Amino acid sequence: MHQLTIADIIKGLRERQFSSVEITRQLLARIQQLDPSYNSFISVTADRALAQAAAADARLASGDAPALCGVPIAHKDIFCTNGVRTSCGSRMLDNFVPPYDAAVIENFEQAGAVSLGKTNMDEFAMGSSNESSFYGPVKNPWDTSRVPGGSSGGSAAAVAAQLCPGATATDTGGSIRQPAALTNTTGVKPTYGRVSRWGMIAFASSLDQGGPIARTAEDAALMLSVMAGSDSRDSTNLQRPAENFTRALHESIAGLRIGVPKEYFGEGLNSATGDRVQAALAEYEKLGAELVDISLPHTHLAVPAYYVIAPAEASANLSRFDGVRYGHRCENPADLRDLYMRSRGEGFGEEVQRRILVGTYALSAGYYDAYYNKAQQVRRLIKQDFVQAFEKVDVIMGPTAPSPAFALGAKQADPVSMYLEDIYTIAINLAGLPAMSLPCGTVDGLPVGLQIIGNYLDEARMLNVAHRYQQATDWHNASAV
Amino acid sequence: MEWEIVIGLEVHVQLSTQSKLFSGASTRFGAAPNTQACAIDLAMPGTLPVPNEEAFRYAVMFGLAMNAEIGKRSVFERKNYFYPDLPKGYQTTQLAEPIVGPGEVEIHLEDGSSKKVRLHHAHLEEDAGKSLHEDFHGMSGIDLNRAGTPLIEIVSEPDMRSAAEAVAYLRKIHSIVTYLGISDGDMSQGSLRCDANVSVRLKGEEELGTRTELKNINSFRFVERAIKVEAQRQIDLIEDGGKVVQETRLYDADKNETRSMRSKEVANDYRYFPCPDLLPVELTDEYIDSIRQQLPELPDAKSTRFASDYNLSAYDADQLIQDRATADYFEIAAERCGQPKLVANWMMGELAALLNREEIAIGQSPISAEQLAGLIERIVDNTISSKIAKQVFEAMANGEGDADTVIEKRGLKQVSDTGAIEKMVDDVIANSAAQVENYRGADESKRPKMMGYFVGQIMKASKGQANPQLINKILKEKLDALL
Amino acid sequence: MAVDAQTVHRLAELARIAISEETLEDMSGRLGDVLKLVDQLQTVNTEGVAPMAHPLDAIQQLRPDQVTEANCREQMQAQAPQTEDGLYLVPKVID
Repeated sequence: MHQLTIADIIKGLRERQFSSVEITRQLLARIQQLDPSYNSFISVTADRALAQAAAADARLASGDAPALCGVPIAHKDIFCTNGVRTSCGSRMLDNFVPPYDAAVIENFEQAGAVSLGKTNMDEFAMGSSNESSFYGPVKNPWDTSRVPGGSSGGSAAAVAAQLCPGATATDTGGSIRQPAALTNTTGVKPTYGRVSRWGMIAFASSLDQGGPIARTAEDAALMLSVMAGSDSRDSTNLQRPAENFTRALHESIAGLRIGVPKEYFGEGLNSATGDRVQAALAEYEKLGAELVDISLPHTHLAVPAYYVIAPAEASANLSRFDGVRYGHRCENPADLRDLYMRSRGEGFGEEVQRRILVGTYALSAGYYDAYYNKAQQVRRLIKQDFVQAFEKVDVIMGPTAPSPAFALGAKQADPVSMYLEDIYTIAINLAGLPAMSLPCGTVDGLPVGLQIIGNYLDEARMLNVAHRYQQATDWHNASAV
Repeated sequence: MEWEIVIGLEVHVQLSTQSKLFSGASTRFGAAPNTQACAIDLAMPGTLPVPNEEAFRYAVMFGLAMNAEIGKRSVFERKNYFYPDLPKGYQTTQLAEPIVGPGEVEIHLEDGSSKKVRLHHAHLEEDAGKSLHEDFHGMSGIDLNRAGTPLIEIVSEPDMRSAAEAVAYLRKIHSIVTYLGISDGDMSQGSLRCDANVSVRLKGEEELGTRTELKNINSFRFVERAIKVEAQRQIDLIEDGGKVVQETRLYDADKNETRSMRSKEVANDYRYFPCPDLLPVELTDEYIDSIRQQLPELPDAKSTRFASDYNLSAYDADQLIQDRATADYFEIAAERCGQPKLVANWMMGELAALLNREEIAIGQSPISAEQLAGLIERIVDNTISSKIAKQVFEAMANGEGDADTVIEKRGLKQVSDTGAIEKMVDDVIANSAAQVENYRGADESKRPKMMGYFVGQIMKASKGQANPQLINKILKEKLDALL
Repeated sequence: MAVDAQTVHRLAELARIAISEETLEDMSGRLGDVLKLVDQLQTVNTEGVAPMAHPLDAIQQLRPDQVTEANCREQMQAQAPQTEDGLYLVPKVID
């Protein structure tokens, strides 16, 4: 049953092939049995899950079943869950039990989904390998000596290991797409403002966006239809009503114009990875699409701009963790300064500290114009590159990550090399566009992801383009386990 | 050497919205600690701000009242610093694009002169919570009920040249915000707080001297005293060869001195940047115009109208319009009794003294405008003398009822019965043989003055109730008859 | 290009993060690497380009002035390290 997709489960539950309690119990057992090897969960909420499943079964029996009624999924531990510890992968919040739910959690509960637990992640979503988690690294189910990517590594690994058919995630610079690419899963980062950020612990507010990781584009579309929606509690939410993102899945893509940016196939791209992506583009040509060479000339500035903007926003977003109202507090503070310094020194891991200091530097007197303001100007140039490209093409494609999963520890000593993992994903966050990663082959037995970038609010078409590929190919069905 | 004092004020005004600037928690004053601090106010993880429309409406009203430019686009920024009463570790405020731009306001001084003070800008921001320093086992307690309450910070140009001007400006701001009804303006509850930037320079000097910032001066009287004492400190310092250090200082009202707050000086670098959880606010011309049309009569207009309609001096009119409640009180009383000048005198005299003594606002006055008018009517129709009226006023203040009730109960009605007064005059003359002799022997020019003695005796005999005009008339007739 | 220790100290002080002496050197080296990366920004001319704080150039919606939040002190303070009489306790605040 663990091999079933969300679409399969919805069908099976409605046709009474199995109950929600049965599949939930089986996945819980599987988590208990296998997850010690992957460490993809921080908390498993078995009792709650079974209670939710029983309630879902009752609703299914009564014929009053919402979209995802009885479907077991997992949530990245960045989404606040009422009564369930929400750690954000940090010692700082190891003891934090929110008395409220994130909007995303509310939406899934309303849709009848069952939550199996909370997935592991890089601390405060800062990382591309899931090694910065206070709860230890997540291991890639394809090769447990390798990273699953990050920061949503737990969600991606849990889906890849078939511990759950789908999981929520967040993407600030690639944190959905890069782990999806490294684990052969399908991950969607929607247009900025599609998914409410209420109750989603902020890393960089103007870049953060929630989205799903699943095994197919269809499943991701089903999940996104539940996740997205208007929420007046989030000022940056687009306040657009919920949409059915599966509506266009089956449409033909004949005549589709695919932009292929030359900057995404240059230096830094692993050649075998490039080959797989080229093969996927060839497959699209077979499906009737047309490839158009394009240029996104400011691509090389995306990582530098991001590593000013994201740390700057984070440096302020993380100031609330001060040991006063919740979270980690140091023992016996000598005075107020000591309370702050030690609580934050002990509560935050090294990467988080580093980014806070970088952000503090970029905003400090005398540097604001050279760093923060400059980065925001470059951000507009990057957006303009995309806006111009989308005048000529319907979607843009390229690799998600420059190479397949790397070994645990390989990039830890060099943060900049880690940052370059997101070289193809970061610009999309800066521009606020929707994008996704889907499996397009393997290199030495390790998955490679194809990235599809859609125009603003064009998720339905992007998912259609991905779905048609998955109808024609089998890469997404390859399993790690 | 002649010194010139240069003052700029930063005035924080709490807006009287129902809910907070970024959350739906109540702003009511005086609730039990932390019962009005919701998840957003507490900066719980994942919570997000949404701005309050009413706060913007109030800020625009203020800007229009100050003849200022309205920021049709305004942007919230984060001001970063750590303090336990600041839950997010930053204050959400406005800097580069505030809601209210440059403007100016006219202030009126006691000597009848007036001058313009320029407004640099005014911005919306959130208030912080409170640290309570009572001893909790050597710790401080934090109450975040106030955290997130909307404020406008009103920043003047350094246009004031004396403590009196600063006070006049502050009173003007106070009267504008209370007229608009956007704040209760209560300084004792911290609804209006004032920081003063003070520097001194030799008269004629162009360049500004080094300034100090006096923090949180919480009454009109203290503003005046704090500025005076700080300016004098700077002058003494410079005259002794010292140098003013740019710093934040605290006014100690008990010692009437300012002292350095070095603990606040630790290398602040606020790292302002646009708040990424909020978007730019854009207001349309239609919206701003609709607010303009709904503005109530403002203090300056009211002052002009009072002076012309009620025939008051500019100074009296200005005193009466200082806050809306006072102006309303005046207008009700003046309309009721038709004696604006008397109403003004009573309000600035007896009533002001009473309110001062009781430390209450005019809204809590034990004597209503209608009651004061009733009292004045009795003076005008000669039922009581002005002197007796003061007794009646005190009785009214003690809750003994309106003027007629007091006069009736205490039997204070003025004696205007000619026969009764004649008898009293006769008695006094009969008992004052020596004074009568003096009067008769005195020079004509000195006689009016000598009548005072007799009047006093008669008043005493009548317990103050005899009509003074009648006494004078009858007494003069009777004394002159003896010549 | 390492960031000097004094700068790291100043940043850590502003950010209120205690950094031990042993990680300080490491931190200054790595911060330097990051700054070298972001210094690439200086290679592009951005004259006349408006900074972009939000990707969609959207406009803020305002909220009606209504009290929607009830007292939630007990729930919230259940998460607090130290409270008394409804107050959050911190080491003495000296003004």
